[in-house]
Amino acid sequence: MAQFRLPDVGEGLTEAEIVTWHVAVGDVVAVNDVLVDIETAKSVVELPSPFAGTVTDLLVEPGRTVPVGTPIVAIGEAAEVADAAAEEKAPEMLVGYGPKDEASGGRRRRRAAVPAAVGATATATVERPRAAPPVRLLARRLGVDLARVPCDGIVTRRDLESFVRSHDGDASRVAGDAAAAPAPAPATAPAPAPSAGDRTVPHTAVRRVTAAAMVASAFTAPHVTEWVEVDVSRTVELVERLRGEREWRDVPVSTLHLVLRSVCLALRRTPELHAVWGDDALTIPEHVGLGVAAATDRGLVVPVVPQAETLDLRGIVEQVGELVAVARSGRLQPAQMAGGTFTVTNIGVFGVDAGTPILPPGQTGILAVGAITRKPWVDEHDQVVPRWVTTLALSFDHRAVDGAQGSRFLRDVADLLHDPALALTV
Amino acid sequence: MNPSLPTESDESDLVRLLTPEGARVEHADAGWSGTDADLFALYRDMVLTRRIDTEGYALQRHGELGLWPPCLGQEAVQVGTAHALRAQDMAFPTYRDHGVAWVRGVPPERLLGIYRGTEHGGWDPAEHGIALPAIIIGAQTLHAAGYAMGVLMDEAVGHADSSRDAAVAVYLGDGATSQGDTLEAMSWAASFSLPLVFVIENNQYAISTATSRQTTVPLVRRAAGFGIHGVRVDGNDVLASQAVMEAALGRARDGHGPTVIEAVTYRRGAHTTSDDPSRYRAGEETEYWEARDPIARVRVLLDSLGTFERELAELDAEAEALGERLRSACRTLPEPDLAALFDLVHVETTPELREQQEAAIAWKALDTEETAS
Ligand SMILES: Cc1ncc(C[n+]2csc(CCOP(=O)(O)OP(=O)(O)O)c2C)c(N)n1
Repeated sequence: MAQFRLPDVGEGLTEAEIVTWHVAVGDVVAVNDVLVDIETAKSVVELPSPFAGTVTDLLVEPGRTVPVGTPIVAIGEAAEVADAAAEEKAPEMLVGYGPKDEASGGRRRRRAAVPAAVGATATATVERPRAAPPVRLLARRLGVDLARVPCDGIVTRRDLESFVRSHDGDASRVAGDAAAAPAPAPATAPAPAPSAGDRTVPHTAVRRVTAAAMVASAFTAPHVTEWVEVDVSRTVELVERLRGEREWRDVPVSTLHLVLRSVCLALRRTPELHAVWGDDALTIPEHVGLGVAAATDRGLVVPVVPQAETLDLRGIVEQVGELVAVARSGRLQPAQMAGGTFTVTNIGVFGVDAGTPILPPGQTGILAVGAITRKPWVDEHDQVVPRWVTTLALSFDHRAVDGAQGSRFLRDVADLLHDPALALTV
Repeated sequence: MNPSLPTESDESDLVRLLTPEGARVEHADAGWSGTDADLFALYRDMVLTRRIDTEGYALQRHGELGLWPPCLGQEAVQVGTAHALRAQDMAFPTYRDHGVAWVRGVPPERLLGIYRGTEHGGWDPAEHGIALPAIIIGAQTLHAAGYAMGVLMDEAVGHADSSRDAAVAVYLGDGATSQGDTLEAMSWAASFSLPLVFVIENNQYAISTATSRQTTVPLVRRAAGFGIHGVRVDGNDVLASQAVMEAALGRARDGHGPTVIEAVTYRRGAHTTSDDPSRYRAGEETEYWEARDPIARVRVLLDSLGTFERELAELDAEAEALGERLRSACRTLPEPDLAALFDLVHVETTPELREQQEAAIAWKALDTEETAS
């Protein structure tokens, strides 16, 4: 059953009178049939029905004036299927200021009371100290009562920081008494008591985006991680050889590029690894949007090489080179980070072997490439020989992909890197 | 006498090729030589424009839009003139020109966001050859004049090359002719011989102010004072509207400068959903214009041809589907993200804006926590 709430028909009206109903209980109405005349401060207006169905209740009698947002009519069961969504959305009605306040928690509602962080000693008449939102947020995170921070009219970030420093890590002195400074939010553990040497590093935009993405992904996609150690000496040799060739002189090819190329080839056989999980179906994209995680001064960014499967090795080197350079300069456009279907992260550059990478939200697979180091390796003649060895770690979304597919994909990438000549076979 | 009812002499200089009764007539200076299929295409676009418009109006009454400015009654001038535009031309519309946007290929959903308050614009002007709608009355005339200067600097006129020569069209209301901006734009257009066509949609009102309060002579006569070619057309006649626009755009593309078209039409609906027109006009007048509906006369002509029965029946269904499509699109328009707004200001943002963005994000976080606690 859907309720139609009195809309604001005239930019800022707060109420209207119900003048005449054009329908009665039991009437069947179609979308946009006239339901009722209402009279506002400006004029008499006909309201068309947003829903199709049977009128089950007229909720306001003629002659009564009601606030915008008041449910005025209920339209029931026979409603079109297509309008079911609208039914759920009804309280969110844009123009009805009423519903937003009452029904959905109210962005417009302002609490008259002083926020908790100001402290229990404050009464409702105490003015809230003036500070820019980032400073207020930081104070709340630190549990600092802004009213206690000495300032020149407006509390600046510097005022807050020096207040925190000068209080020597004495939590209660910084925050006021314990009752006055409850934890910022029930879900988070209390922050450790600030100390003199503490530094606060405001979040950059990149940090925020990374944080949101990691939380979104970690708590929606059930991750599985598998890894494999592989002898990549032949790939290392191939890279060396290419670097020595004239045609490749200006192309800064590296083993990472061969990993990227191998991923594209392996996705041919197991495209599920870059599928998109949906409620009703799995979508397997036509093209590979290959995300390449890059560490920058500003944090982690993941530029995407579009249609990577159409590129040859040189194309990959060039595109990745350009994107990473732009990323490092901080000028990457959102579009250049969008459209990724599979991601590769080169954690080897940090000198580590393996990890359990977290999927970028919406993607099904991510491959971490560890450091390539000289290690003793037992070759096919049972001899222990020094070889170039790396570890590949693949995380995948177990909703979309089972171990069989994940393992096959990982094995394919490993085999191609072990013996790049196999590329001829795929 | 009702000042908004035209007199005989008012009508004598109107270019008209299709009478209100649906009969084709000749005119010495203009002609429409399209095929029957072209005629149907014009009719289809007018019908669908009207459907977009009535759904926009209804969505406001459903409480889904903050405002809607209806174009009911102005479909012929909008659709007819827009049909004369080519891909390389640029149009500068007002908030009421839904029919122009439709013909330029703007998906009609894109018209809704700005009136729902979820978007500042709606589409990429370069992609569709139509700028975002101007709400500041008359401002678009200067934008258009500036753009037309650019067309000249690009030397994109006068090559007798239909794929390359470009023109600019600016749409404005009768009320906008009283704005200084419009007069400045006409002055520039004349002095620089800009490839610019002014389409004045004289719908008889600027909110509640009748055109007779903006001018004592037909608006088209403004053109002569600037030395601009002017033409007055029956704006409820889609054939005449297209014909005079094609001629005007042709002159512009050939390098012969601007034209002012005064299209005489009538706003049959309210100024916007916040307006109650019964306060300033009544019976006789609205009946007069109802009988001159731009769509009805083309329907008479099509019916007399008798060859479009199937298409006409399909069009009804198409129009209904379009209304449905708009309704569901409107309800799912995404809430705007305040912080994302800052990304739309410059290609490369400034440190000041970055700081403001951080402040906005913090403010939002504080706000959310406050309302949650
Ligand atoms: C510069 C400016 N002044 C005033 C307004 C308020 N206003 C909005 S619409 C309107 C009337 C415009 O009438 P007209 O140009 O005839 O166009 P119509 O609405 O009839 O299409 C006015 C005065 C505005 N938007 N901009």
